[in-house]
Amino acid sequence: MNSTCFDPHALIDAMAPFLDLPVSDACREGVAVHLAAARRIADSVLALDLDDEAEPAPVFRP
Amino acid sequence: MMDFSEMTAGDISRAVRAGDLSARTVTEAALERIAALDPALGAFTDVTAERAIDRARAIDRTVTCGGDPGPLAGVPMAAKNLFDIEGVVTRAGSKINRDNRKAARNATLIDRLEAAGAVTLGALNMGEYAYDFTGQNVHDGPSRNPHAAEHMSGGSSGGSGTAVGAGMVPLALGSDTNGSIRVPSAFCGIFGLKPTYGRLSRGRTFPFVASLDHLGPFARTTFDLALAYDAMLGPDPADPALTDRPDEPISALIGAGLDGLRIARATGYFERGGDAQTLEAVTRIAAALGTTATVDIEGAAQARASAYLITMAEGAALHLGRLKDRAADFDPDVRDRLIAGAMIPGAWVVKAQKYRRIFAARMARLFKTTDVILAPSTPCPAPLIGQKTFVLDGEELPLRPNIGIYTQPISFIGLPVVNVPVWTEGKTLPVGVQIIAAPWREDVAMRVAGWLERQGVVFAPVAKG
Repeated sequence: MNSTCFDPHALIDAMAPFLDLPVSDACREGVAVHLAAARRIADSVLALDLDDEAEPAPVFRP
Repeated sequence: MMDFSEMTAGDISRAVRAGDLSARTVTEAALERIAALDPALGAFTDVTAERAIDRARAIDRTVTCGGDPGPLAGVPMAAKNLFDIEGVVTRAGSKINRDNRKAARNATLIDRLEAAGAVTLGALNMGEYAYDFTGQNVHDGPSRNPHAAEHMSGGSSGGSGTAVGAGMVPLALGSDTNGSIRVPSAFCGIFGLKPTYGRLSRGRTFPFVASLDHLGPFARTTFDLALAYDAMLGPDPADPALTDRPDEPISALIGAGLDGLRIARATGYFERGGDAQTLEAVTRIAAALGTTATVDIEGAAQARASAYLITMAEGAALHLGRLKDRAADFDPDVRDRLIAGAMIPGAWVVKAQKYRRIFAARMARLFKTTDVILAPSTPCPAPLIGQKTFVLDGEELPLRPNIGIYTQPISFIGLPVVNVPVWTEGKTLPVGVQIIAAPWREDVAMRVAGWLERQGVVFAPVAKG
């Protein structure tokens, strides 16, 4: 996966109307920073090779 | 007025039950100490003095009539302000929730502590909606570190750390989704217990991330933690994640010592990024426990990353309506993370949830040959209030989301953990070490913490202020 070419502002522009969630100018830069951080941190999770049979627990039991 | 701030919950309870000390005297002294210290420390958002005095009187009447008020008789306590306290608005660190009605009844855990004789003195400051590791709050001001007030208390249960560390109360409650009991315990130099996920009821508390939310106690001794923990056990239909295991009290077990316990220090991920004081603290704890064994927890970074994504998405889902209607009333730092969380793809979150079971299975295999794992609680001692970045593994990173790098992989799979406070000669501020055990083995983690306490290796002095 490659997170370097990701443009968080383009995602905000697309998702804000999709979610009906206004993103004011005051929020925009902060949201972009957190989206970029999430994209970076997601790389290690997305790289995991999980079996098709892997299931999440409906209520997690340790 | 006498000063009872050095007394533990166990000391107070023994004296009150014996009729040597009245609950009212202890309560009034605690209220006076809060009035004196809190304006400079910011631990409390609500002080329920009248309610507390009434409750203390009732306890004293029970003792006078020959009854037993319980194992926490007359013990002053307070709870993070996401716990419902009857007659108090549960603000959960927010401005928005202040518009809600006052709570009609207590959270389950507060009811249970009061049934054991504890006296609730009020609600404690916290990071907004618990999305915080710093203990700062734009609406209520920061809860400050009791050992150096210009430093953070840690979050999000910052007021809980401040109140116990400053000796305002010997016992407090908090929540821990990604580290919010362990981080303030570490920064404020006290003991904190994050039980196994599903062990203690979350009934009538304001949630954050249902998949990861835990509740637990803070105290200055391991015995006080155990007293409170035992009093809070029990079934509760109000929490769908609560275990149906029988109660497993630990107070009688934590003095059992280390015999038969296999203890190892976590290496790899848990050694990267920590400063010298932090890593030396883990070395010192391992040496005191006589262990040189190590364990490299494969996949810890992915566990932390998965917890990060689940938190963003579930937190956003919880607050989506408020983000639409009242964005301007949020703490901007919290709001921007939550809005970003609303834009996380569902497929990422499902994969993160699947990984939870895989990582839990891997850890279960590890616990077949190891009973206890040692790891730092935070990468550094409490930063300065207002500090925005810190250097982690040679890279300057935003501080707020990264204080929990060592706590997040552990709460991700709900393991029980005790934070033990570790002081270094010449340093003003302590650090913490996580004593981590297998699921449902709070007794094992507490045995190790109790042994370290009895050897004088870890301790939680009341801050001198």
